[in-house]
Amino acid sequence: MKIAIVVQGGPYSHEASLSALHFAKATLDAGHEIYRVFFYNDGVYNASDLIAPPQDETDIRGEWTRLSDLHDVELITCIASSLRRGLLNETESERYEKSAANLNPAFEISGLGQLIDAGLSADRTVTFAA
Amino acid sequence: MKRILLTQSKSPYSAINAQEGLDAILMGSAFAECAVLFQGDGIYQLLKHQNPATLGTKNFTATFGALADYGVEQIYCIDEELTERQLAPTELVIPVIPITRSGLCDFIREFDLVLDF
Repeated sequence: MKIAIVVQGGPYSHEASLSALHFAKATLDAGHEIYRVFFYNDGVYNASDLIAPPQDETDIRGEWTRLSDLHDVELITCIASSLRRGLLNETESERYEKSAANLNPAFEISGLGQLIDAGLSADRTVTFAA
Repeated sequence: MKRILLTQSKSPYSAINAQEGLDAILMGSAFAECAVLFQGDGIYQLLKHQNPATLGTKNFTATFGALADYGVEQIYCIDEELTERQLAPTELVIPVIPITRSGLCDFIREFDLVLDF
């Protein structure tokens, strides 16, 4: 089965991102395919390359990146949500003349169309709301 | 054509969900047939005479009036929730179709995709 995952909660502040991460791993373990993970709302904070959690806590962003590296899972952050919250890749950082970029390279910034496409293309869409 | 239901569940200025949900509705309307359900405190998004300028917030609710221009004409609310909040349909910026709470599950099953905001 093709599964789309929507994450609306920020890491450490809301359970949504950890639950989504666990669900994503279980999905792959069960032999299903993840069509896309779409980060919307505060969910875009999951993509920050600057997150530095204490060593005895789960590295949530690192876990997403590992998931992407190991299983080729597409990680997309919504551009409007990202810009509003200061999550920028090199391209957007230059476009808005900001001093730095902070989006982890495993994540891509794209439009809301990717959310609708994921929902319409996958067999199931599971939202982790905040 | 696939049918999408977008649910607006939060009051208009308590969180940005309402505004970002509206963005998703407008985008969804370009891809598929979209319906919107205002549930819980989400119904407050449709109240007339909102003036959030003093909060430093944009009055995005004006955009609800343009939903029909995007082909989004199926706007629903839950009848009991209007009563519980002492709201009359005439107090809302656009017409809504009331459904009953007991019919909610059957209603949601009619859609291929449900996105909650």
